[in-house]
Amino acid sequence: MTNSGAGEMFFWGVLKRDLLLSFRRKSDLVNPLIFFLMVASLFPLGVSPEPTFLAEVAPGVIWVAALLATLLSLDGLFRSDFEDGTLEQTLLSPQPLFLVVLAKVFAHWMMTGLALTLLSPLLAVMLFLPVEGMWGLMASLLLGTPTLSLIGAIGAALTVGLRKGGVLISLLVLPLYIPVLIFGTGAAQAAITGLPIAGFLALLGAILVLGLVLAPFAIAAALRISASS
Amino acid sequence: MADKKWMPRWFYQLASPRWCYDITGKLLPLFAWAAALLLLGGTAWALAFAPADYQQGNSFRIIYIHVPSAILAQSCYMLMAIAGAVGLIWKMKVADMVAKCCAPIGASIAVLALATGAIWGKPTWGAWWVWDARLTSMLILLFLYFGVMALNSAIENQTTAAQSTAVLSLVGLVNIPIIKYSVEWWNTLHQPATFTLTERPAMPFEMWMPLLIMVLGFYCFFAVTVMLRLRNEIVTRERRSGWVKDLIQTQFR
Repeated sequence: MTNSGAGEMFFWGVLKRDLLLSFRRKSDLVNPLIFFLMVASLFPLGVSPEPTFLAEVAPGVIWVAALLATLLSLDGLFRSDFEDGTLEQTLLSPQPLFLVVLAKVFAHWMMTGLALTLLSPLLAVMLFLPVEGMWGLMASLLLGTPTLSLIGAIGAALTVGLRKGGVLISLLVLPLYIPVLIFGTGAAQAAITGLPIAGFLALLGAILVLGLVLAPFAIAAALRISASS
Repeated sequence: MADKKWMPRWFYQLASPRWCYDITGKLLPLFAWAAALLLLGGTAWALAFAPADYQQGNSFRIIYIHVPSAILAQSCYMLMAIAGAVGLIWKMKVADMVAKCCAPIGASIAVLALATGAIWGKPTWGAWWVWDARLTSMLILLFLYFGVMALNSAIENQTTAAQSTAVLSLVGLVNIPIIKYSVEWWNTLHQPATFTLTERPAMPFEMWMPLLIMVLGFYCFFAVTVMLRLRNEIVTRERRSGWVKDLIQTQFR
């Protein structure tokens, strides 16, 4: 009983620390969001400002922009911990690495995925997304972005020891992001056309649960490998 | 260690690069001959003697390259992931080397499967490429191979590179059932699986028998390429050990 209590305290401690750290460095917090806004505003300028066209592509554009913004923020997930030695101390601690990893990913999601989800209605209005699609889009982002953080953390953990991890992370992580993207935009598209979205959301939820159970093991293993070299 | 050995002896022997080099040297001509005979015989039967399809005519004959390469691209990924897992668990150097050898071979076979599929799709579907579940999941497989290769070449320390690559390829393993069941889960343009273990093929014997021969031939060819690469890798990595020096001296005297 005491042991699980200690684990729980540990989880909240790591979560609090990571949230505090990202609030102290505001640029890390704000940059992905600005990137999200900028990428999405490139499409009307680059492709076509026609409202009917934009309404059609809006879910895809917003999802791709959210995915790229998450990708951009991944490199820093373990880097500062790795560089100042916190990561090695964490590996040595008696607490399960599973919990630490879960807390860190959760903090990362709150700073990126959750923020992107909250920001998405603004983009949806800019891109003329029909009002009926709004809830579908937000629900799909809410269920899909945690998976993006979980999968992305595997890539970040594998490349944390490398000096130039940036492009490599995208190569490792993007293929695994594709299913989430497909079901995420599928939910939003279905919501626009008035089709039921429960199936898409159930699939996104299933992927998330699978990711929650399995990804922390992969992240922990990758961190041990990266730290041991 | 008092506990019982539950793995067969050859499994432990495989861990020795030298033993592995010797045994692949003996197996190599066997598989090379089998691959040559099966591929030549299968191609001749498939192109000249198998009956033409009643709808697609002769254009269907590309199936004899397309299906074996698509099957092999997936098997190669599985081998890479399993070898990676063996390397992670038992810390076997040879397993790491096998996993490393699989990636470029698998990537080229996946390219072959996608290219033959595109060539076949043009006369049959009227398009080189459609964004269909089977095609997309095969493309993801190719991307996963690229990711594995990129990660392996980015890390300088060979042990770390092998371990990291193993973790990545194990994560990517989720894609394999998606490819397999993509034709059943989604309504796709791609036709369902040609071969299943439990049912008889829908094609007549004269059509599926050469295909089976081609699949076996592709597997033998794959074994040959893996062994060639593996032997190369073993000799390169063990170049400072005595037996490789002896080997080189006896070979190039």
